[in-house]
Amino acid sequence: MELVQIQRRLVDYTKSLFMEGFLDAQFLQLQQLQDDSNPDFVFEVVSLFFEDSEKLLNELTIALDQPNVDFKKLDSHVHQLKGSSSSIGAQRVKNACIAFRNYCDVQNIEGCLTCLQQVKQECYLVKNKFETLFRLEQQIMASGGSVPTIELGF
Amino acid sequence: MAVELGDEPHVLAVDDNLIDRKLVERLLKNSSCKVTTAENALRALDYLGLGNDTLEGTVSEVNMIITDYCMPGMTGYELLKKIKESSVLKEVPVVIMSSENIPTRISQCLEEGAKMFMLKPLKQSDVKQLKWHLMKCRN
Repeated sequence: MELVQIQRRLVDYTKSLFMEGFLDAQFLQLQQLQDDSNPDFVFEVVSLFFEDSEKLLNELTIALDQPNVDFKKLDSHVHQLKGSSSSIGAQRVKNACIAFRNYCDVQNIEGCLTCLQQVKQECYLVKNKFETLFRLEQQIMASGGSVPTIELGF
Repeated sequence: MAVELGDEPHVLAVDDNLIDRKLVERLLKNSSCKVTTAENALRALDYLGLGNDTLEGTVSEVNMIITDYCMPGMTGYELLKKIKESSVLKEVPVVIMSSENIPTRISQCLEEGAKMFMLKPLKQSDVKQLKWHLMKCRN
């Protein structure tokens, strides 16, 4: 595929992620922080997020499996995940965390279990989306091109 | 704590969230600040020379402290109070960040002497605003 075509594909793909609510404007902030002196910033932060979220999701699974669920601990973990997802612009993960916290507040175990599944699902989905995004970027750079920047207001 | 004009301001950023620490560090460095990060309030206090584990002669000068509100152990609010109680550090501007927009929390921090309260996630425009305030304080 020609460079211009891959670049076009990346732009369209990224736009679709915004349209579908996977990403929000905070992701653009992240991209703006990437430059020649920090060419892998987005990749690094997103990778950190997935490492961190995996740990948190494990903690949450364990915490909900206890005979006496510690809702305070649960909430603390979800708060962390909500914070990180918000910081990278992973909107659907963030929203799933907000719903999760509401169930923690009222100590509803069933609700929490459902939310945990939803959060896991959203993390899984957005991870795949990012993998595709990074793969397209790599293809562009391997062809000697530069990664096009997305403009706001599309 | 005299700082020469033209020096890069030194900011201590405190946050228990790894991703947020990385983000705030990048944002501040992009605004030409020297950045030190701490993962909790106790480490921050040690770094500032107010901790129990501070070693002689290792106290560093900072021009601003930016801290998350919700942290395990000591909160950002408690850290703010400790800083304001210190004769050495009370003039250092402290900025509190939080992902939660709670008016009573905001006024509590401002009343205790926080320079600003910022909502997370931080953006470039927030940090530019911060830097402007910082330069204003110094001149």
